Amino acid sequence: MTARALETPAPTQRRGFRFSPSMLVWPAVIYLILTTQAPFFMTLYYSFIRWNIQIPGERPFVGFDNYAGLLTDPQNLSVLFNTLVLTVGTLVATVVLGAILALLLHRPFPGRPLMRTLLMSSFLVMPVVTAVVWKNLLLNPVFGFFSWISQALKLAPVDYLANYPMASVITMVAWEWTPFAMLILLTSLQSLPDDQIEAARLDGVTPFQEFRYIVLPFWRQALEVVILLETIAFLQVYGEIYASTSGGPGIATTNLPFFIYQKGLVEFNVGVASAAGVIAVVLTNILAVFLLRMISNNTASGGHS
Amino acid sequence: MTASISQKARPRAKPLNWQGGLLTLLTYLLAFLFFFPLLWMLMTAFKTEGQAIEIPPLFTFAPTLENFGKSLSSYFPHLVNSLLVAIGSTLLAFVLGLPAAFALAVYPTARARGTLTWILSTKMMPAVGVIVPLYLIFNQLKLLDTLPGLLIMYTTMNLPLVVWMMHSYLVDIPYAIFEAAKVDGATLGQEFFIIALPLAVPGMAATSLLALIFAWNEVFFALNLTSSNAAPLSVFIGSQKSGEGLYYAQLCAAATLTVLPVLIFGWVAQRQLVRGLSFGAVK
Repeated sequence: MTARALETPAPTQRRGFRFSPSMLVWPAVIYLILTTQAPFFMTLYYSFIRWNIQIPGERPFVGFDNYAGLLTDPQNLSVLFNTLVLTVGTLVATVVLGAILALLLHRPFPGRPLMRTLLMSSFLVMPVVTAVVWKNLLLNPVFGFFSWISQALKLAPVDYLANYPMASVITMVAWEWTPFAMLILLTSLQSLPDDQIEAARLDGVTPFQEFRYIVLPFWRQALEVVILLETIAFLQVYGEIYASTSGGPGIATTNLPFFIYQKGLVEFNVGVASAAGVIAVVLTNILAVFLLRMISNNTASGGHS
Repeated sequence: MTASISQKARPRAKPLNWQGGLLTLLTYLLAFLFFFPLLWMLMTAFKTEGQAIEIPPLFTFAPTLENFGKSLSSYFPHLVNSLLVAIGSTLLAFVLGLPAAFALAVYPTARARGTLTWILSTKMMPAVGVIVPLYLIFNQLKLLDTLPGLLIMYTTMNLPLVVWMMHSYLVDIPYAIFEAAKVDGATLGQEFFIIALPLAVPGMAATSLLALIFAWNEVFFALNLTSSNAAPLSVFIGSQKSGEGLYYAQLCAAATLTVLPVLIFGWVAQRQLVRGLSFGAVK
């Protein structure tokens, strides 16, 4: 890359304005500034004013009042706690299951491409479809498949979404995202050099030792990518909640995005919703900084550019 | 690809063979469990409404196409919306993103890597961080519940993906090719259209598959910026969320028609999926 940069001829100063190839970047950059940065700065501004669209009148500047309200009201704190439980719970489930599936799929066995295809399918399902199918066909206490299993086992049918709402949402999101962890970990596993495993096996290591001392260190980078990308995604879970529990019962499954939707677009409390939006962006950006540094390093050293 | 895998992972020593068999069975079982919700949706789509809510559930039945016929008329307008915004936003993202990727890959300046990283960072901006002002602006500009409105945000979503993915493909083209063309007096436009574009076609195919999948499956902007006229399939399915035993079969038929195109796309593009999902960090 550096070599290439040097070869580029220095701009000759014949005219005041000269077209340079780097200007081809501008349309994309300007578009992204207009549709992401500009609205975000408006969100930032709104978060410091008291403004409910349904209440006409002044929009006074209130400093950090909206934030203070968010971070002190116990009800709002439980929204943050729900977000944390949902994110961490789904993360643990998908990474552990995804790793197991990747290891299973890495072995040669008949029908492996088909199994891989079946296992990856749930990742391609639209979140709303996931919620509607799980809610009605599987988890419904009267007509659901799981309630039939309970009955067949002579147990009382369970209303999962009412009694275990968070666990149900975590299950649905984990069903969608386990294939993501699986695919990335499997792809990484396939670039593990043979000779390392061969040598270890000749030395008679147990499968556990093989996993602990060869696979796991090799997986580190892929695991970091999975964990960071999934965390960013799980902080933004919305469709699954919208179409299954609608944040309830009560606020049992209201996470930060659903809370912002309710405050901003249902109650039209612009100030509070914006403050919550800023918190979501800050949380995500902290993670994104790590992720971007990693992706940048990986692609820079990975033979590209 | 399959050849290289089977060379790599060799079976363990003989005494472990029965264990291998057990692990294979476990894999089959897990694959079945993971696929079951989709299978059940598919089966329910071919049942009558009565059969759909029967307990114990029916595993064998005479399939009917009735539900597809019934749901098709309400499904169709939303299908058109989904297709228009998915294809439109993918095209627009390419129009804006491909020149950028070309410049960043072939004519990198000192700032190129920083620009690339910044572009990717916009992909990680949570939608909830911009939705309130967007809603108010769209309301002012009469863009709520319109296809152009949705198209604007879907393009935002796909643009970083297109720039990042196409950059990773274009940077693989040997620079000598561009140099040779320059010696022959090629202009920048010729380099882009005659040299870069034809060589980037496989990358463009893979990238557009991903972009189409993401736009098709998007839910947040769809639910909050559209309601009826411009509602894509995600909103259509979301509007039928509380069935309580009514119209399960019809719902499943509509859901099947919604999921199937993406499933087929995804199955075809499995390899590119991993590259795109990890932004090229895992290949």
